[in-house]
Amino acid sequence: MKKIYGSAAEALDGVLHDGMLIAAGGFGLCGIPELLLSAIRDAGTKDLTFASNNAGVDDFGIGILLQTKQVKKMISSYVGENKEFMRQYLGGELELEFNPQGTLAERMRAGGAGIPGFYTKTGVGTVIADGKEHKDFNGETYIMEEGIFADLAIVKAWKADATGNLVFRKTARNFNPPAAMCGKICVVEVEEIVPTGSLDPDTIHLPGIYVHRIVQGEHEKRIEQRTVRSA
Amino acid sequence: MWDRNQMAARAAQELQDGWYVNLGIGIPTLVSNYIPDGMEVTLQSENGMLGMGAFPIDGEEDADLINAGKQTITELPQTSYFDSATSFGMIRGGKIAMAILGAMEVAANGDLANWMIPGKLVKGMGGAMDLVAGVGRVVVVMDHTSKHGDSKVLKECTLPLTGKAVVDRIITNLGVLDVVEGGLKIVECADGVTEEELRAATEATII
Repeated sequence: MKKIYGSAAEALDGVLHDGMLIAAGGFGLCGIPELLLSAIRDAGTKDLTFASNNAGVDDFGIGILLQTKQVKKMISSYVGENKEFMRQYLGGELELEFNPQGTLAERMRAGGAGIPGFYTKTGVGTVIADGKEHKDFNGETYIMEEGIFADLAIVKAWKADATGNLVFRKTARNFNPPAAMCGKICVVEVEEIVPTGSLDPDTIHLPGIYVHRIVQGEHEKRIEQRTVRSA
Repeated sequence: MWDRNQMAARAAQELQDGWYVNLGIGIPTLVSNYIPDGMEVTLQSENGMLGMGAFPIDGEEDADLINAGKQTITELPQTSYFDSATSFGMIRGGKIAMAILGAMEVAANGDLANWMIPGKLVKGMGGAMDLVAGVGRVVVVMDHTSKHGDSKVLKECTLPLTGKAVVDRIITNLGVLDVVEGGLKIVECADGVTEEELRAATEATII
């Protein structure tokens, strides 16, 4: 089965629909599926819910879909770098479900692993726990959180082989593997497609079973906070 | 009174050899400049890295290598990378010995608020709720009072909580306080600060 597609638009052909839930990898602007996000903007798909740790900045990442009002709801842990996001949220145009970062990552991992719910002590005694089932284990209180089962996962990796085995690079791995796992369909953009057999099987970060479509492209890889020390 | 760097240096005294530690954004990040010589402390960055190195020199920034504050950083010989679910597995699983975090408010019972001002500032809790719920010890580093002079060390937090009864120690520009049964206990006063001044700036009960 052929997994490699010629462009981000082709890789998303037939999988987008209004109102869908998309899990996106990335932390800040690091390791975000920038080509696929642009293709979703161009496709004009509306009323999207994104499970994504962040919402990008005004002109990059998920921010470009906020500009075009394609996003109905964000499930995120931190959205502080995006003025348009704040404007839409405070104006009541955009729904927001804050998830603690680890809860969001685990919800994705759990969904991908067929686990519909799990208990965590993160958020107990805070607004995050409101309305959630509480249960004590060994004298400590936990709350139930639900796995995320996304219609689509969009992910950025460093290298893929033709079967979809993925290798990520440094901290650009972040949410990409759990996001990939929780999508009914997972589309991956990579910097390089390498011949099958050239990746050491012991060093593959995410097996190709999770990956349905692959596209290679040029990445801007923008840096959000360039910080240096004097030599 | 301590400045930012002196607060960070004081917080560094909380570190122990062999510990894995998570440092929050702001003053806590400065703590890495004061790790005592010869002490082996591994810094975790919750976006998926153990063994966080210094900022890069100009021209060696790597867009794929950032810390949880989204700043460019470098790796060390012992560095390892992992995904976010694994990262918070080690946080929630109690493998991280200590987190040093900033705060907006702390209460006498260890309640911490550092993520949200209702109707005003929507940023999110990031990994803070997971950290305070999961790590072995939580140390807060912050200014003792707000810009308007109001105490940030309170009987009860007024802002939405990040965690309930999670703080172990509070380090401010005025001194060091421990959360104990019945209230707060003064551990030490900052240089030039008297116990009376520390008490006067603290709304919470000091026992």
